[in-house]
Amino acid sequence: MPAIEILGLEKTYFVGFWRKRPKCALRPLHLTVEDGEIFGFLGPNGAGKTTTLKLLMGLVFPTSGSARLLGRDWTDPEVKAQIGFLPEQPYFYDHLTANELLNYYAQLSGVPGKERSRRVESTLQRVGLTDVKGVQLRKFSKGMLQRVGIAQAILHDPKLVFFDEPMSGLDPMGRREVRDLMEQLKHEGKTVFFSTHILSDAEALCDRVAIIHQGELRGIGAVADLTSSVHGKVEVIWQGTHVPASMKALGAECHVTGDTVRAVIDENQQDAAIDALRRERLPLIALTPVRTSLEAYFVEKLQRAETTAGSGK
Amino acid sequence: MKARIAHIASNTFREAVRDRVLYNLIAFAVLLSGAAILVGQISIEIEKLVVINLGLTAVSLFGIVIAIFIGIGLVSKEIEKRTLYTVLSRPVRRWEFIVGKFCGLAGTLVVNTFFMAIGVFAALFYVSHKFVRADALVLVALYFIVLEFLIICSLALLFSSFSSPLLSAVFAFSLFVIGSFAEDLRGFAGMAHGFTRWLVTGAAYLVPNFSALNVISSIAHEQPVAAQLIWHNTLYALFYATMALSGAVLIFEHRNLK
Ligand SMILES: Nc1ncnc2c1ncn2[C@@H]1O[C@H](COP(=O)(O)OP(=O)(O)OP(=O)(O)O)[C@@H](O)[C@H]1O
Ligand SMILES: [Mg+2]
Repeated sequence: MPAIEILGLEKTYFVGFWRKRPKCALRPLHLTVEDGEIFGFLGPNGAGKTTTLKLLMGLVFPTSGSARLLGRDWTDPEVKAQIGFLPEQPYFYDHLTANELLNYYAQLSGVPGKERSRRVESTLQRVGLTDVKGVQLRKFSKGMLQRVGIAQAILHDPKLVFFDEPMSGLDPMGRREVRDLMEQLKHEGKTVFFSTHILSDAEALCDRVAIIHQGELRGIGAVADLTSSVHGKVEVIWQGTHVPASMKALGAECHVTGDTVRAVIDENQQDAAIDALRRERLPLIALTPVRTSLEAYFVEKLQRAETTAGSGK
Repeated sequence: MKARIAHIASNTFREAVRDRVLYNLIAFAVLLSGAAILVGQISIEIEKLVVINLGLTAVSLFGIVIAIFIGIGLVSKEIEKRTLYTVLSRPVRRWEFIVGKFCGLAGTLVVNTFFMAIGVFAALFYVSHKFVRADALVLVALYFIVLEFLIICSLALLFSSFSSPLLSAVFAFSLFVIGSFAEDLRGFAGMAHGFTRWLVTGAAYLVPNFSALNVISSIAHEQPVAAQLIWHNTLYALFYATMALSGAVLIFEHRNLK
């Protein structure tokens, strides 16, 4: 049984005060996410990621289409007891402390009274907020609120979680922790669906990704499959001022600065480049991806969209 | 279901308390004790009259102001700040949210009125040094005031479910003022003719009838209240609040959140 089945969800907003013009935020979207997957929902700003999540949560109503979550109709309120949701830029009742807020949400989600304080406690621990659990949320920083948001999404031990840009506002350690958390959730057999535009996160975490742009699905599949036809770029830096001929033969553009050389080459040639440096006994300083293959794929998809849209005029 | 409504209601109450709504009790106490001391110095006969009139009017007005000012934000503020996202993505029905909010606000007002009632009786005791049987009528007036609050809360919530806080405040306050003259409006409808008659009659019966709920001055003159009026007002208030709440639910059920 798939965890999420989106059956042609479509959303048109009407914007403008006087004469309402239609604004298509999501064209009919069909998407299936299997049980136990970490699924990345990628797209540039304004692509329709948040709209899709709000539709699935029943916060806005679709123009047409429907969906099934955990094998049940998505409007069934009971199915929501099994679902966790982190909205983008979450905001909470700021008269409450983190502890009180989570208790309230646990009550609303129907966590039995006996279990409640234990679950709240362990969730606070999991997102690293134990020290500030007695502080009113109005005194929380952006990243701390994001952590509260993650906490309330996993609080009731849902089978399926939706995160809208879970890494936003977090410090590097926080990002690492959230990545670990998502992997733990997968280990526990949960399904994770998250939107992001940080492609390296998606590449590192996701079993499958979907790319949407201007409300339209542009590509879907395992990261490795999607990127088999495109190549990323890596940056090689080594010590010295000498540029080996074999390096030039790889088609690298080399820049000499001080006593280091910097070259950008295709990802699939990085082994050859390292070999060339070894042969010449040049010490390697760094090898860093400048554009991952997923990024290359992403850019290609969006550009293709732009050219077809442009020629359509 | 009941549990969820109760949790939403108690959170609403907690929010009101933390936003220092109950501080109005201090202003009320100052006003009432000032008045009691002042009229005590002017005349002995009318002081009870003044205390009851002034005290109950203040209870009513303070409560109305609180009901409107909290009520108008109950739904629209939660939509605006997006605190609703994490509530409605749980197994909470939209109607449960509305009813929970209503109960929370009504509860806040009942607690507030309870403390004010203690103040009114204390002031009564201060000016007349004893209680008489007729003082029980003050309880009836207080009960009617609470009924009035229920209607105002439900109306504020209704407006809050589709318009901005400012507009909601204007609507709710206008309805309160017009409703206070509902009897006069009905009388006027009886005198009008043709289309105007239909229009005014419709309006007169649509606005909440606060004149029937206001027995403050007759009680101050120790005139008894008919048992029938108590029944009638109770049913009327419950019916009216239920209607307004149903309207709020109907609108909110179909609303796209921001
Ligand atoms: N309430 C609304 N009224 C009108 N248009 C809207 C509304 N909400 C979203 N849109 C439009 O729908 C489109 C998709 O928006 P959405 O918020 O889903 O994008 P997103 O993919 O989440 O972007 P981001 O990465 O910036 O969060 C945008 O063009 C936006 O202008
Ligand atoms: Mg978004």
